[in-house]
Amino acid sequence: MIGEVITATFIISFLAATLRMAVPLLFGTIGEAFAERSGILNLGIEGMMLMGASVAFTTTFYTGSLWLGVGVAALVGILLGLLMAFLTVTMGAQQHVSGLGVFFLGMGLSFYLYRIFVGELGGVPPTVTPFRPIYIPLLGDIPVLGPILFQQYVLVYIALLLVPIAAFIFDRTTLGLQITAVGQNPKAADTAGINVFRIRYLCLMVAGALSAIGGAWFSIAQSSMFLPLMTAGRGWVCIALVVFGNWMPYRILIGALLFGGIDALQTSLQAVGVAFPYRILQMLPYIFTIIVLVAVARRATYPAALLKPYRREE
Amino acid sequence: MPPQLKAKIGLPKFRIEKRPPPPLLTRVKWYVLSVVISLIIGAILILSAGVNPAIAYYHLFSGALGGKLALTETLWRFTPLLLTGTAVAVAFTCKFWNIGAEGQMLAGATLAAYFGVTFVGLPSWVLIPLVTVAGFLAGAAWAAIPAILRAKFGADDVVTTLLGNWIMLYFVGALVEGPWRDPYSLWPESPAIASAARFPTLIPGYRIHIGLIIAVLISLLFLLIMRRSIWGYQLKAVGANPRAAGFAGINVGRVLITAAILSGGIAGIAGVNELCGTHFHLKGIAMGAVGELSWGYGYAGVFIAMLGGLHPLGVMLAAFFMAIMINGSQAMYRATGVYSPFWRVMQGVIMICLLIGIFMINYRVRRVRE
Repeated sequence: MIGEVITATFIISFLAATLRMAVPLLFGTIGEAFAERSGILNLGIEGMMLMGASVAFTTTFYTGSLWLGVGVAALVGILLGLLMAFLTVTMGAQQHVSGLGVFFLGMGLSFYLYRIFVGELGGVPPTVTPFRPIYIPLLGDIPVLGPILFQQYVLVYIALLLVPIAAFIFDRTTLGLQITAVGQNPKAADTAGINVFRIRYLCLMVAGALSAIGGAWFSIAQSSMFLPLMTAGRGWVCIALVVFGNWMPYRILIGALLFGGIDALQTSLQAVGVAFPYRILQMLPYIFTIIVLVAVARRATYPAALLKPYRREE
Repeated sequence: MPPQLKAKIGLPKFRIEKRPPPPLLTRVKWYVLSVVISLIIGAILILSAGVNPAIAYYHLFSGALGGKLALTETLWRFTPLLLTGTAVAVAFTCKFWNIGAEGQMLAGATLAAYFGVTFVGLPSWVLIPLVTVAGFLAGAAWAAIPAILRAKFGADDVVTTLLGNWIMLYFVGALVEGPWRDPYSLWPESPAIASAARFPTLIPGYRIHIGLIIAVLISLLFLLIMRRSIWGYQLKAVGANPRAAGFAGINVGRVLITAAILSGGIAGIAGVNELCGTHFHLKGIAMGAVGELSWGYGYAGVFIAMLGGLHPLGVMLAAFFMAIMINGSQAMYRATGVYSPFWRVMQGVIMICLLIGIFMINYRVRRVRE
């Protein structure tokens, strides 16, 4: 039976799907790496993703422009990042609770805005024409590799590009050093003349923008509609992934591909109709996330100032 | 820009100073103020849906509190919310970040459904305690896993408890769409539980049932534990500072796991409450990817615990407020067409305003003059 399922076509479509499934995880996790490297745990990521999915869909629904949808999603993500920053950086509120607040706000508001601007939930939801994979001439014709790598969505390439860009920022630029300094020892960073508050605000804005774009992927690329809770916990997976990746972009890429693979396996097996309860397959990514988190948690080197608000007076 | 000029046109500078814990009345004042400001923000949201907020709020509150039917319906919703709110409050008190009450509810309902469907012959006075204990145990077990993973391996409990919700959701989906599916039913659900397992109603003709009494008793028990027992003290000590608690000889890991068991167990009873008091069948996955049986009450528990300041009586008030919001939102929808999950948005708005309120309780903001 396995032999019937595992054919060359299956493997190619599985690997291509792996890359696609990794996209929202890459956006979210790289964003989360920015936030956590600066010392802020952004638990609002799932809410930011849902808001991204909602506003990207609504914008595209009215304007027909997919990229405008992505842009508006990023903007809304930045606003939510600012809110998170105001709560955790300016007020120094507990980061767990602040993140849950942003999560709840994003979850509720994403339905509410959709309902106001688009219409009733339930029944057959309205759709937009989603992003389509682009075909890169010549490279797209390469057997096996072509369909996997060179017949993909533009957002896939952007997500992959994010990895070296983030790695470059973290390791090779002053800004990256400042972010790390702020996340390790804000007091020392402050003494050295780094504006701790500005860096943390900036990082949370980046985190917000990236996770909202990751959310937009669900409503205007992977599917063509918005559904409540359509991100299905992927934001929380990102929080586990950033630990798995030890806050380093290239390791995050490995993690995202691994999780994308599990996700893709699950959907591909469903698609070819393997006689296995698909609800059990749907559980796999979540179970796998927990197992991986348990395996790496002790070895992870958390940013030293994570969860600790910084105040000059104290 | 010369510094003198910058000082002149610059934004006013503020200094944040910590202040000693203010009296209870001041705390309550800020909590109430946060809710009032949230309701004003809610009014703007209603306005953006093209409806007069005054009319909408009138329908919301009269729909939840006006008349015997409305009031009993609100109390009927209050029951599971009080349970999940208490469950989360127990866990949050020692900073075990349990946001998995949704999954623990489903776990409790599942085991209770197994007993409720299997033991048809038993009398009520045996069966009801049996399913309740079963629900407690299943919820407790499901919550104990993340607690053990945190105590033994340092795995982040927020992530593990939340992902547990999805695992349990799909598990219940697999059961009611597969082996447990009632062949005579049109949609995926288990066969009905024995009628002896159903929670008796309190007033004939209305939906409130003995679950309300169970929930209030559990809440009072929580109050008693926090006030009078050593364990309640340990719970608070671990929440305030786990390192210091450890040095003082408290077994932090054990307190954490016990809290998780209690928390998950209470959430499990919330699941039993929904199964035996409302639905009578184990149900699958609802549109919107929450359990049709748990219906987001587990997530609401996080909000209720926070709004209640993790205090048993505060949690009770917060759960009642949430019940008004949920029940009233539907009346508001029927009368004005404002999207009924209005309460889901308000959960987020209130929580953010509350954080600002809590900040104002603990800190004083002073304007600095040069």
